[in-house]
Amino acid sequence: MNTPALAPSFSRRNFLKLTGLAGGGFALAFYIRSGGEAVAAEAAAANGDFAPNAFVRISPSGAVTIVSKQPEMGQGVKTSLPMIIAEQLEVPWKEIAIEQGDFDTEKYGSQNAGGSNSTPNNYDNFHLVGATVRTMFVEAAAQTWGVPVSECRAEKASVLHTSGKSLKYGQLVAKASTLPVPSAGTVTLKQPKDFKLLGTRVAQVDTGKIVTGQPLFGLDVKLPGMLYAVYEKCPAFGGKVVSANLAQIKSLPGVKDAFILAGNGAVKELVPGVAIVADSTWSAFSARRQLKIVWDEGKVAGESWDSFVAQAKEKAAKPAGSPVRKDGDPDGALAGAAKTVEAHYLYPFISHANLEPQNTTAHWHDGIMEIWAPTQNPSTGVGLVTRVLGIAPEKIKLHINRAGGGFGRRLGVDYLIEAAAIAQKVSAPVKLTWSREDDLRHDQYRPGGIHFLKGGIDAKGKIVAWKNHFFTFGEGGRAGSGGNLGGDEFPGRWIANYQLDQTMFDTGWPMGPWRAPGGCVFAWVIHSFIDELAHAGGRDPLELRLELLGDKDEMPAGGGGEGGKKGKQSGGGGGYNVARMRNVLTFAAEKASWGKRQFAKGSGAGLAFHFSHRGYFAQVAEVTVSKDGQLKVDRFVTGADIGAQVVNLSGAENQVEGSVIDALGVLMYQELNIERGRAVQSNFSDYPMIRIADAPTKIETHFLKTAYPTTGLGEPALPPVAPAICNAIFAATGKRVRQFPLSRTELRWS
Amino acid sequence: MRDLTAGSSSFYAANPPQPFPTFTMSKYTLTINGQSRTVDVASDTPLLWVLRDSLELVGTKFGCGIGLCGACTVHLNGVPSRACMTPVSIIGRMKVTTIEGLAEPSGKLHPVQQAWSDLDVAQCGYCQSGQIMTAAALLKDNPKPSDEDIDGAMAGNLCRCATYMRIRAGIKLAAGQTTAGQGGAQ
Repeated sequence: MNTPALAPSFSRRNFLKLTGLAGGGFALAFYIRSGGEAVAAEAAAANGDFAPNAFVRISPSGAVTIVSKQPEMGQGVKTSLPMIIAEQLEVPWKEIAIEQGDFDTEKYGSQNAGGSNSTPNNYDNFHLVGATVRTMFVEAAAQTWGVPVSECRAEKASVLHTSGKSLKYGQLVAKASTLPVPSAGTVTLKQPKDFKLLGTRVAQVDTGKIVTGQPLFGLDVKLPGMLYAVYEKCPAFGGKVVSANLAQIKSLPGVKDAFILAGNGAVKELVPGVAIVADSTWSAFSARRQLKIVWDEGKVAGESWDSFVAQAKEKAAKPAGSPVRKDGDPDGALAGAAKTVEAHYLYPFISHANLEPQNTTAHWHDGIMEIWAPTQNPSTGVGLVTRVLGIAPEKIKLHINRAGGGFGRRLGVDYLIEAAAIAQKVSAPVKLTWSREDDLRHDQYRPGGIHFLKGGIDAKGKIVAWKNHFFTFGEGGRAGSGGNLGGDEFPGRWIANYQLDQTMFDTGWPMGPWRAPGGCVFAWVIHSFIDELAHAGGRDPLELRLELLGDKDEMPAGGGGEGGKKGKQSGGGGGYNVARMRNVLTFAAEKASWGKRQFAKGSGAGLAFHFSHRGYFAQVAEVTVSKDGQLKVDRFVTGADIGAQVVNLSGAENQVEGSVIDALGVLMYQELNIERGRAVQSNFSDYPMIRIADAPTKIETHFLKTAYPTTGLGEPALPPVAPAICNAIFAATGKRVRQFPLSRTELRWS
Repeated sequence: MRDLTAGSSSFYAANPPQPFPTFTMSKYTLTINGQSRTVDVASDTPLLWVLRDSLELVGTKFGCGIGLCGACTVHLNGVPSRACMTPVSIIGRMKVTTIEGLAEPSGKLHPVQQAWSDLDVAQCGYCQSGQIMTAAALLKDNPKPSDEDIDGAMAGNLCRCATYMRIRAGIKLAAGQTTAGQGGAQ
């Protein structure tokens, strides 16, 4: 997900130019030691294991371990990224143990997982890591036998000689440990045509623990002498504690301590509150019910969603300030259009609602802050501990736990700093557990927004004008994550007469990245409105989109008209590969038999596409709406272009299926209302999530293999889902959905 | 400045404050996964926290605390139940089975666990022990469930990653209605 805290994404092409490496790879110094001294030191330190880099370790007995550095939260990288190393290493997957690496950027490089970046940022380098170790085993065998390397090859954790003799990797550990690590240029990468593992279906490495309930997640951490903490914050965002009945709380059974934390003044960092530390989770929860706190809510208590929406409707009727982008003469083109369409689209704030509530265990001992956290964003977590608690980075040890869902929420490290701040006052390990109510009331929400659109078509139904006045939300003067609609956002470079205005409401509300920030809502607005224009002009929605994309293969940043200066496509770089989008759109339409299927009244098909997170996605929904207005998605087809290689087909399909149903759930149910500066909803009783019966009958996922670099899948499948479904609802019923969630739109028909 | 005492307990909306004090420590001997386990906890402690904090059986998950997500599903005398809503004091002689006790003592996985492994059902995996416990109980009552039976029986279990397609497929595989070749991990 997009956040300034993450390593800046940069184009792979530029990156390859910079590194000059045929196989890619960067920051190699982090990963692969060179020189006999380093190798000897490593070997000595690890009981005779061969560990030529931070990721691969082989023991003399032949046990192979791969360290997975990226946080795992359900996106599958703890399996898929080690698969890349294993492919090149030539060790059978089932013989490899995978370990989660602790946070150590000097050893591993960046360990932040977000923005669907884990795969593209590590793909080339992990090929090189595996190939380097394999090369060393081949060299060790050749030297042992006194034969040329060219007569040797690696297979199934052994090196084979043309004569038929072989040595297992374990037998070669001692010899390999004496060899210098070869430079990247001398290592031969196994080519895709020879891949045996990549592209196959591999179950997640933690499957055994998951299905038998073994300790795995952050919330499962237990340490000797550990205490249990809860932390009560002001219901109104960022409110301060004036007083609390601490003496009474401390007298309650099982309670070890209770104290106030003042916070650091930032609504997404250490928020003021009252900590209770007890001998069990239930003692802490029970004591919490007796808390009596007087809060100073501050000015946030005057801010409500409904009043902002009312203000937006007033302001939209008047001219906006300076536009984000203006090309051509939008007003003139609208005046001269054969037909115009006007509509506004609205979506509320929503929560991430990871099923594992936020939690962190921390232990302040011997001048060290040791932390166990289910985090996507360890570097920001450690940075915040340093900044807020004054603990030097080298005195912070962070263990990364599997997270019970990410979706961008665990890029925020508020719960981590709370645990560390509590632990600093307690002489024992402390596990902080948020309740579901804490989670929904103190999320870093996906910002809501309202778009006021006007579009014009000519006599042939071609789109000739597009205006959007977007009302967004920010905190502290900055738009929330995904709350900036860039001037380059499609169709911002494609329509000659185009204008985008943006007005931001500044609030005290915490906002953060939510799966495919920006795209997760913009694609719905844009592709719904394109669909409105298609129907107004009597055009086929696919054919109109192909006309809109046009014949050019590349759309440069800022390209198109004259006004493109501010803001990129959400979740994307500057350029937009139009050819890839056209191809994947056509591909998905073919897979879905677009235009060839007949639907009875109440059923219909819709489509949409979106480019984000380096992936090109087009999707077709087929739905049925019953006469009493109940939606069922009968079939959902995805066409995906994530480049040359699907790493783990099982995980890849799972990510797409999850994205489809997640987006459907947001469309159907999710709404987090904010009144008087606080969240209205508090648990799944008033914040429903999609359940199994609403899942589509059929989901089909098709990968269009292209020559482009392999990219990630946590996010880019999600944005086109809601518009494809809403466009299908229109085809089925003639009813246009212009507001989330679906319950706000009357879908009954007769 | 406002005194929000009345509204400040943003915690346990469904479980309002009890008259103070609520607490009596007692010893409870429970039958969990065929073993007798004795704990000394407050009488209102939900089984969930007895399992997780006292007995170090952390496969049973905390998700909502009000019985709506199903992550804490265990079997009480074979019936799927919400451990977060079950005070330890009412368990008595009921047999408690958790995800840790679902496989055979030999370690052979229950068919539902095996199907979940074969099909690589999980994404984050946090809800899956609850899903598996509910699915196992479904198949005991209804060895060949229809799609509607599955959707009905599994309605109480949320999967935030939305692995519902594979949950359906996993139940059908465990029921012997499909073979593993029809999708998911091989």
